[in-house]
Amino acid sequence: MTKQIIVPFGPQHPVLPEPIHIDLVLEDERVVDAIPSIGYIHRGFEKLVEKREFTEYVYIAERTCGICSFIHGATYCQGIEQIMNIDVPERAQYLRVIWSEFSRLHSHLLWLGLFADAFGFENLFMGAWKTREKVLDFMEETTGGRVIQGTSKVGGVRRDISSERLDRMTKDLDDLDREMKELTDVFLHDDSVRHRLRNVGTISRNDAYHLGAVGPTARGSGVAIDLRKSGYGAYDRLNVQVVTDSCGDCYSRCAVRAKELFTSTDLIRQAVKKIPEGPIDVKVTGAPDGEYFMRAEQPRGELVHYLKGNGSKFLVRSRIRTPTLTNIPPLIKMLQGCELADVPVIVLSIDPCISCTER
Amino acid sequence: MVYFEMVKTALKTVLSKPATILYPVQAAKKTPISRGHVVQDGSKCISCSICVKKCPAQAIVLDKEAKTWQINRFRCVVCNSCVDTCPAKCLSMDTQYTAPATVKGIETFTITYVKPAKPEKKEEPKT
Repeated sequence: MTKQIIVPFGPQHPVLPEPIHIDLVLEDERVVDAIPSIGYIHRGFEKLVEKREFTEYVYIAERTCGICSFIHGATYCQGIEQIMNIDVPERAQYLRVIWSEFSRLHSHLLWLGLFADAFGFENLFMGAWKTREKVLDFMEETTGGRVIQGTSKVGGVRRDISSERLDRMTKDLDDLDREMKELTDVFLHDDSVRHRLRNVGTISRNDAYHLGAVGPTARGSGVAIDLRKSGYGAYDRLNVQVVTDSCGDCYSRCAVRAKELFTSTDLIRQAVKKIPEGPIDVKVTGAPDGEYFMRAEQPRGELVHYLKGNGSKFLVRSRIRTPTLTNIPPLIKMLQGCELADVPVIVLSIDPCISCTER
Repeated sequence: MVYFEMVKTALKTVLSKPATILYPVQAAKKTPISRGHVVQDGSKCISCSICVKKCPAQAIVLDKEAKTWQINRFRCVVCNSCVDTCPAKCLSMDTQYTAPATVKGIETFTITYVKPAKPEKKEEPKT
């Protein structure tokens, strides 16, 4: 039997934007097992819910993640609204969809860039981030923040997008689509990219499903789960296309994200077309009494916010289950049997967001 | 099989203007609603301390005796919550970020607002 050695991967590693530690058990160059450990950036957000009023906690919920921040805030608000039986105005729901989808665009473009960087395609990395900048500019123009939007609040949204801006958006989206098409063509068709990613970190449909993979990690293995299909918020009035790929390797996960860029722009177009005039928020009185599990689709997969209130201004319990946490067991499965040199690419292929995971 | 798919994009990028700007020589792009940093107008502040209560980061300290309004820029998360809730509209959001600092200091604003004296009720001559 070959001698086994353990090589630590992380918490500091060039490919990782955030700290996660994985002990790789190697036999020669082959990984036979991987032991993950998290806990480097725990911030205690869930405890903080007892110290801040439920209306102020939105700002904290948003800061759980630096990438999918808007969706965190909106999910928290939707959870509270469900407990308190608040009817959110239609326009606010559509605005939330628009900003959520722009968040998804920005997250996927960021990931595509990082992924290109991980497999050594520096030029493509710069290209992806250049395109992402357009999305961020739109965010800043409509919400005031590039990454942390802060526009969701309990009972609606804090800012409106003017109808002139919405009219202009269709043209902007066409430009964005053209630019993204050029970019995703490289990811999907270039031979060097395909050669680097095909059959790397493969996970079967069955394994992905039973190990609890969510989001593009699951969809890349052919499991067609997308929470947007469940129709929360205004998604029930829009036609959501679920993108799947059957191979389950790094290339599939990359392809799913690349194609999802276009479903996002499509959803924004639909929302812009259907958005009604009207108020953007309702006045909230009272305090939440009860509990609710709010699920939403983040760029990385399914997000769960569990909220429990006792009728006071402070919630008694909040639990945030982020997609990366459930994507770690499938990641370990992918790592088993791979080459050591493929580890960075595989780890990045699930789009790990460790700040989210540890909250 | 497609090779050199990136070449077209790369050539276009080489021949076009740089996508980045020379910051800080050139000012950063800002929109009228960009959240940069909170500014306080001492002449309007009525010392109600709603901003202190509504701040999720607990960055604001108000001293009614000393008539000062202090903000810890390193705690402030620029969420706009105080600006939204200020009843006297003395807080506003500047679009530029604060300058980088080497020391974690607290910025102090002095409250100069003086409550206008209630107009004395003129006793109406009884008829």
